[in-house]
Amino acid sequence: MKRSDLILIVLVLCLAALPLAGGAYTLRLGTMAAMSCILALSWNVIGGFAGYPSFAAAAFFGLGAYTTGILLGYKVPLWLSLPIAAGLSFALAGLLGAVLLRLRGHYFAIASLALVEVLREIVNHATDLTGGGMGLNIPVTAGTDIMADARFFFYAMWLVLLVTTIAVIAVSSSRLGFGLSCIRQNEAASQMVGLNTTLYKSIAFGLSACFVGAAGGVYAAWVHYIDPTDVFDILYSVKPIVMALIGGLGSSLGVMIGALLYLVLEEVVWRNYIQFHSAVLGALIIALLLFLPHGLTSLRGGLLLRRLRGA
Amino acid sequence: MAKAGARAPILELAGVTAGYGEIQVLWGIDMRVRAGEITALIGSNGAGKTTLMRTLSGLLPVRSGTYRAAGIDLSAARAETILRAGIVHVPEGRRLFGAMSVEDNLLMGAYLRRGGRGEIGRDLDRVFHIFPKLYERRTQAAATLSGGEQQMCAIGRGLMSAPTLLMIDELSLGLSPLLVEQLVAALRQLNAEGVSILLVEQDVTIALDLSHSAFVMDMGRIVRSGVSSELLSDPIIRDAYLGVIED
Repeated sequence: MKRSDLILIVLVLCLAALPLAGGAYTLRLGTMAAMSCILALSWNVIGGFAGYPSFAAAAFFGLGAYTTGILLGYKVPLWLSLPIAAGLSFALAGLLGAVLLRLRGHYFAIASLALVEVLREIVNHATDLTGGGMGLNIPVTAGTDIMADARFFFYAMWLVLLVTTIAVIAVSSSRLGFGLSCIRQNEAASQMVGLNTTLYKSIAFGLSACFVGAAGGVYAAWVHYIDPTDVFDILYSVKPIVMALIGGLGSSLGVMIGALLYLVLEEVVWRNYIQFHSAVLGALIIALLLFLPHGLTSLRGGLLLRRLRGA
Repeated sequence: MAKAGARAPILELAGVTAGYGEIQVLWGIDMRVRAGEITALIGSNGAGKTTLMRTLSGLLPVRSGTYRAAGIDLSAARAETILRAGIVHVPEGRRLFGAMSVEDNLLMGAYLRRGGRGEIGRDLDRVFHIFPKLYERRTQAAATLSGGEQQMCAIGRGLMSAPTLLMIDELSLGLSPLLVEQLVAALRQLNAEGVSILLVEQDVTIALDLSHSAFVMDMGRIVRSGVSSELLSDPIIRDAYLGVIED
């Protein structure tokens, strides 16, 4: 295991101590942070490792949310619903990936974007199962006590994050991760040396979907009510990409730090510029990417020191 | 001739067609490539040479006809199966893993091999022996190599797949005459060591000079074939591909 992976694990473990520090607001923020980290780390598997810019995260977030919501409605326990949501997301992404991942670059990005719209429309029209545009009420799973509820869902989301982190580290140091990095560098050459690129890409797409599906499931159980425009929100696709870009493509630790930094920025900007927070946030992101195109991971301690000494 | 005839041809194609989507490129290719030889495939731009190479390495499916290598039917085989059978493609434009070192690029050629490290190490030494320049640059990222060195690296990676037939697309494309000479010498040496070679080459003089026999392609068909030295003096070939105008 690389040193950066170790730091990543420690970072995730430290996050688990958050309930000691604060109240319901802090826990809510922590849950959102864990969710963002799951989305960003997942996106990095297909976008960072394999080099396929996917906008499909919202599709699998919504799929996971609705799967879990519907199962909970049928009295299936949460601990069983989440793995089912994750498994379904993995299977659907793997199958669709075998087709969609024949497209490259912008074409793949557009196709993955379309996937979100298609799933949303399906959910919109399957009124009997999903409630359609009226949304879906989800039975309360945790206690009615506000603090207990907040703590329960924080740990549920954190657990999904922990599993995601372990999976992502395992992928990056495995034959699969190596194969994906070959595909990113030169897909034709990978094919020529006998790498089964379709299989590798499909697995990567499946992995990038399944934890997002589980996160969507926790989210649905947490908020008790979901509707198509809420969980198939395209921002769930876009934000992880921005986070990964801020942190630095390809590096799991970088991506996670990017996600946390993004949330801090979002929160601070939101509080101080309530009237035009989106504009300020957008300007900040553009500035960051302009001056740090390779993300935070391109800032090396040593380099910074040398620059300071030189100045 | 009797001796050569006794062995199954290393490639045997009968009526092979292939193409992209609705566009058919190969219109029934018949060819027999003998083992142990250097065979050249020549033809003008758009004749279908690269498409044929891609079909032979399994990157494009055979639509109809049969494709056999050393007696094994590969008409419906995947790229991996064909590679395992020893048919190795060195693609046009090199296609290296730019961020990887030269040595790692070479080792990627052995990706499918389950042989011990000793065997793969011996093959690596052999590649470095044939292309000493690659040994000097083995820790460098492949993207930083010159065009000629990249071509050496691509051929070396092909050799790491333990080929019985090495197919090289556009050997001399964008390389200086001196480098081409070095590569030609290396290919002669490889062939002497027992590797059969199928070569696509724009420079007809080099192609016919280096090879034992040759096939001429036009409009997705094989229009002529024979011993290279004879083709070199064939008036039609001279007229069409060498730009020599006969009186």
